[in-house]
Amino acid sequence: MRFPPQSGDKPLSYVLVKDYDISINILKAEVMPGKRGNLLLEMEATEENIEKGIAYLKEHHVECQPLDKQIKLDQERCISCGNCTAVCFAGALTMNPETWELEFNKDECVACELCVKACPLGLFEIHFSNGD
Amino acid sequence: MSVTKSYSEINKKIKQGSAVILTAEEVAEMARTATPEEIAEKVDVVTTATFGAMCSSGAFINFGHADPQIRMEKIRLNGVPAYEGLAAVDTYIGATAVNPDNPTYGGAHVIQELIEGKDVELEAWGKGTDCYPRKHIHTVINKNSVNEMFLFNPRNAYQNYNVAVNTTAKTKYTYMGTLLPNMRNATYSTSGELSPLLNDPELKTIGIGTRIFIGGTTGYVVWPGTQFHTTRPKDENGVPVTNAATLAVIGNLKEMNSEFIQAAYYERYGVSIFIGIGIPIPVINAEIARRVSINNSEIQTSVLDYGTVGTPKLGQVTYEQLRSGEIEVNGQKIRTAPVASLAKARKIAALLKSQLQQGQFWVQEPVQLFPTNTSLKALKDIEVKEGGNA
Repeated sequence: MRFPPQSGDKPLSYVLVKDYDISINILKAEVMPGKRGNLLLEMEATEENIEKGIAYLKEHHVECQPLDKQIKLDQERCISCGNCTAVCFAGALTMNPETWELEFNKDECVACELCVKACPLGLFEIHFSNGD
Repeated sequence: MSVTKSYSEINKKIKQGSAVILTAEEVAEMARTATPEEIAEKVDVVTTATFGAMCSSGAFINFGHADPQIRMEKIRLNGVPAYEGLAAVDTYIGATAVNPDNPTYGGAHVIQELIEGKDVELEAWGKGTDCYPRKHIHTVINKNSVNEMFLFNPRNAYQNYNVAVNTTAKTKYTYMGTLLPNMRNATYSTSGELSPLLNDPELKTIGIGTRIFIGGTTGYVVWPGTQFHTTRPKDENGVPVTNAATLAVIGNLKEMNSEFIQAAYYERYGVSIFIGIGIPIPVINAEIARRVSINNSEIQTSVLDYGTVGTPKLGQVTYEQLRSGEIEVNGQKIRTAPVASLAKARKIAALLKSQLQQGQFWVQEPVQLFPTNTSLKALKDIEVKEGGNA
């Protein structure tokens, strides 16, 4: 979300929660009074409510850009200890039963982020890309 | 007629390039069709290895003297407290010590950065004495600037380790990884049939002076490790079914390679360090041949509830079951995951095998074997009276 200087004083996220029943999680915020603001927001609600919420934001001159959340692994530094496979119930992170090396099948990943904290080497990162 | 080989006979063959070296996995495979006598006849050395988090690790460092000299009485390396009670410029940095301003960064990370040749910030304070007048120093060190730096790990290479589960309704964050509620996962750490002390369970060839692979270089076993326990419950093969013997090991940090030693941080637990250790076991007789032939279906370990105080035992499983991806405990099927790298352990066992084949490594007979009848003491919680108990 990018919003113009005049919307910085409006409780936009409050309206999203209260009027549209959207569960929000602020991941990154840069809001300076009198300047343009940027907000990275994770939203969870019915598709209809999210659409209504976005329409409300646009009415208030807020630009919205949907993003896709992806988990990235620094495979080169991975030691294949297996800690991440203990928490990956989507089946995206598995140990190859022959080589016992970690395999990451991105198609199975639901970006639950449990691996991010489970990796003792801190090799997982959350990346956002254009979701259009 | 049973075969007996001496260390010098085996080393002679290694020097000549005629020794037969197998990894512990290869010999376990061979044992499906060969008897221990045949294996003792044909095989000279079996390589074993492990690559797991070993919290009881750290390094001694001598910084060298500055001009004017300082007697360091408080020491920080990249903000991590290092031990200050060793003369003027010696220290010991423990792997699990952390920077109070950044508890995800600890001694293990400092050790890894030193291995990788990176600069590490050293800040130290002293009160200033007649012979060491300086009171403060803030500088950088690296592996080339220090006099000595060597790894000295009081407890590594655990002989067997428990499987961790969590029966509670809350996620538990442990050194055995993230344990999901209601036993939704189980984690295990040992490299099973490849693990050093599971291939010589009575420590007949591994003792003080055993030459080993550690962190990418050559090191030695220097003592029984702390919490050395030889009287744990054993299975019908005489192999402990829970964590038992350990090793204290040493090696030159300057020669190590971070491919085989890696700093780690466990969520809500703290810092630890993955250490790669490889141990060659000389097949001196049929008894040792039988020991190294052990396979994952014959090695058992205990399933402990890490969610409950006292970690009660819930069951016993084999490494074959653990590797299958699923175990059954109290009638419940539980997904398993390793927390130590078998891929790395295999790499170390293969590397050690090739070093032995090329005559670059040898088997060192222990100068002293370990005690055989030890157990553990618990720390008593004694109420201390005002002014002390003495």
